[in-house]
Amino acid sequence: MEDMIFYDRLQFAFTITFHYVFPQLTMGLSLMIVYFKWRYLREKVEKYNDAAKFFMKIFAINFTMGVVTGIPMEFQFGTNWAKFSELTGSIIGQTLAMEGLFSFFLESSFLVLFIFGEKRLGQKLHFLTAVLVFLGSWASGWFILATNAWMQHPVGYEILENGKFVLTNFKALFTNPWLLPAFLHNQLASVVTSAFVVASIGAFYILRNKNVEFGKLFLKTGVIFGLISSILVAFPTGDWNAKNVVKYQPAAFAAMEGIFETEEAGAEIVLIGQPNMVEKKLDNKIAVPNILSFLTYQDWNKQIAGMDQFEEDELPDNIPALYYSYHIMVGLGTIFIGLMSLAAFFLWRKKLYTMNGILWAIMFMVPFPYIANLTGWYTAELGRQPYLVYGLLRTSEGISPNVSSGNTLFTLLGFVALYMLLGLLFLVLVGKTIHQGPKSQTH
Amino acid sequence: MELFWFIIIALILVVFFILDGYDFGTGIIHLFYAKKEKDKEVIAKSAGLFWDSNEVWLVAAGGLLFMAFPTFYASVFSGFYLPLILVLWLIIFRAIGLEFRSQFNFQMWKDIWDTSFGVSSLLLALFFGIALGNIVRGVNLGGFENGTSIHEPHYFFLPLWDASFSPLTTHPGVIDWFTLIIGFISVVTLAIHGANWIVLKTNSSINKKLKTVAFRLNGVLVLLTIISLISWKTINPQSFANFSDRPYLLIFPLIYLTGIIGTFFISRFKNDTIPFTFSTLIIFGGITSSLASLFPVILPSTNSIHPALTIYNTSASNYGLSVASGWGVIGLILLLVYFIVQKRLMKGKIDDMDYGH
Ligand code: HDD
Ligand code: HEM
Ligand code: HEM
Repeated sequence: MEDMIFYDRLQFAFTITFHYVFPQLTMGLSLMIVYFKWRYLREKVEKYNDAAKFFMKIFAINFTMGVVTGIPMEFQFGTNWAKFSELTGSIIGQTLAMEGLFSFFLESSFLVLFIFGEKRLGQKLHFLTAVLVFLGSWASGWFILATNAWMQHPVGYEILENGKFVLTNFKALFTNPWLLPAFLHNQLASVVTSAFVVASIGAFYILRNKNVEFGKLFLKTGVIFGLISSILVAFPTGDWNAKNVVKYQPAAFAAMEGIFETEEAGAEIVLIGQPNMVEKKLDNKIAVPNILSFLTYQDWNKQIAGMDQFEEDELPDNIPALYYSYHIMVGLGTIFIGLMSLAAFFLWRKKLYTMNGILWAIMFMVPFPYIANLTGWYTAELGRQPYLVYGLLRTSEGISPNVSSGNTLFTLLGFVALYMLLGLLFLVLVGKTIHQGPKSQTH
Repeated sequence: MELFWFIIIALILVVFFILDGYDFGTGIIHLFYAKKEKDKEVIAKSAGLFWDSNEVWLVAAGGLLFMAFPTFYASVFSGFYLPLILVLWLIIFRAIGLEFRSQFNFQMWKDIWDTSFGVSSLLLALFFGIALGNIVRGVNLGGFENGTSIHEPHYFFLPLWDASFSPLTTHPGVIDWFTLIIGFISVVTLAIHGANWIVLKTNSSINKKLKTVAFRLNGVLVLLTIISLISWKTINPQSFANFSDRPYLLIFPLIYLTGIIGTFFISRFKNDTIPFTFSTLIIFGGITSSLASLFPVILPSTNSIHPALTIYNTSASNYGLSVASGWGVIGLILLLVYFIVQKRLMKGKIDDMDYGH
């Protein structure tokens, strides 16, 4: 039984991690493409249109990856988490089905038209298709987060004698207090990713002294989008999420922050330290007293529950991973704000394009927003443990009772191999597109 | 409510097989008949432009099935674990084949992705047929044997095959000779459909030949259909009872028959949409007839202890189903609108449309 759960969880974690590499760029980039196309409509300067089409090309490759890795996600609810699907399907099936009906159709129907239809449609309609693709991808984010929000903080349900969850209030799924903060934070975080990608391609062109005209445009746009979104990700949305976690998942919060013992007179904020699960303390700790209480409750001395206040089987089962994920996300978020502020400052002083140090830094920063997004999700998902539906359904009760671990291991290995191939192809194709540059778009 | 959602989901699935069916078929034809690079390219394009918006119908059907019949979703997806994951992998290989062939311009690269597209299309068509075969044959629900069950009554687990390859043992695998026959029917049908699609959408040099190909395959289809009906009757003597009890259901087999007869006259039609319409009827009639013969059962049980899964004992609560019918109708209308907009803007032959570069 134990290893059955282990492989199911590993497979889910692996496949969702790989899936989420792609939609975060899709969602952020679609917004930036709408922006470029809009500038073109307003100013009729050809380079904006070229920029929109260039990024749409990267978008298209990325989108294909998102689709082919997304279909396994939906299937896995049934294949690996059959008991969970059976018990909660009449609730989370609602939001998942709405995602298919309202967002995937929108996105995929109009993407084809955006890519192939410029001549047939004319500029205004072409802009409209870009807007619809953007709406479709953000709607996907909305519905998938509604699904996840229900798992984090279940609402509008009733549990029958046979253990089945049935929906009693449809509206509650969308007024869930967990949903809006999570959605805004997540969408802004995906804008961070796309802004870094755009800025980094810009920095690359400038440094290589190739397509410099585009390089400057990309860098400038990327830095502005990047600065605004990085700030908004931390405050107010990150903060708002943290308040939700304290309120609805206090055990998860204690573990995220690494609070082993409750402090009577207000909690300190940990900057650095390694959880030591044997002695139940943080090694090599650097912390500032009372800050955490202030950030959470605007009260320096308010008490925050530590892990000592919870039963062993109520605490997340992988506390170090949860703690690191959270600290990596927050640490990276701070670095993004720093770097983007610096870049924006020099952009304003008209010095950025010649400051090679910052250009190199921006160029190599690309993987980090991805890491921040993924560790953010690890925080949410590991913090939800040991439950699938918080407080109500344990993860161990959700797996398919009839699928043996040998089968799951086999498919897990298959996914690993196949996704390695996909990842390699993706990098080659995106690399090639960047290398060819935006100019090759104009025939 | 259950009946409403059953019909909606069945229709969405049928639309999926009609739409994605032509691009599976295109892959099969591509594999066997496309020889010149020019033809290969345009044939791949006739699928490549559309596969994504077609596959969304599968995603939608999956989501709706999850919402409306969660117990069925859980039981079938976990019970057919291995074949489903294989299908996922094939979907991935097919998609990357289509998307990547035109990205680099050297022959070896193209050959690799053409093979990936063709072979996975063929296998997918086969697997989808096998899946339908499994549904009509039924499974050993609960894993019942010697008086005990190893799973809860609505769960089961099938290996890919059993050494005997017989549908008549207590533990048939996913692949046995009966489900294979249905698999071949699916391959042949989709190949005809794909050939018609190529003729409709492209000016490829093999269009003339493809009409003959479709004609011959249609003959094979008739033969396979007869074999399948006989073997179905052997496996389950009750299989046609629904049609004698409710004769109006015979409309579905009649549609199937119309499609087949029409396809025999394929070379006479000047308008290329007509053959495509007939192959659409074959697919529509084939799937709906199978479902109609089972109704209201959606997964028969091969043992007499555990009852079959029906649309009534696997459905979600009534409240859930009725709110869903509210947004579902809006969603379906929107879907129809997108579909029409897209088809109008992309109508005509696609040879000259820019793809990849
Ligand atoms: C670029 C990515 C990124 C960055 C820089 C940040 N986050 Fe984040 N965070 C995410 C990307 C993300 C995410 C991937 O989008 C998550 C996962 C679930 C969600 O809704 O958003 C998330 C979740 C998430 C949660 C919820 C965890 C849970 O559900 O248990 C909290 C409390 C924070 N974040 C807090 C912050 C704070 C205080 C940040 C300060 C800098 C911060 N995040 C930066
Ligand atoms: C919003 C939609 C999501 C839903 C509905 C969802 C649902 C699930 C489910 C059913 C599991 C398996 C049970 C478990 O081990 O907890 C799971 C686990 C997991 N998910 Fe999510 N997930 C979502 C998004 C994500 C994203 C975007 C990521 C990261 C990129 C992620 C990361 C993980 C990880 C790492 C696990 C394994 C946890 C563990 O092993 O303890 N999830 N999630
Ligand atoms: C377990 C959770 C998840 C499931 C079941 C899932 C399912 C899917 C499916 C089936 C597709 C393909 C749609 C198509 O055919 O067009 C897809 C793509 C997509 N998903 Fe996910 N997904 C999950 C997690 C997420 C998360 C957490 C996000 C973002 C917050 C997300 C955002 C998207 C977007 C924007 C797309 C469009 C394709 C792309 O942009 O790459 N998904 N997903």
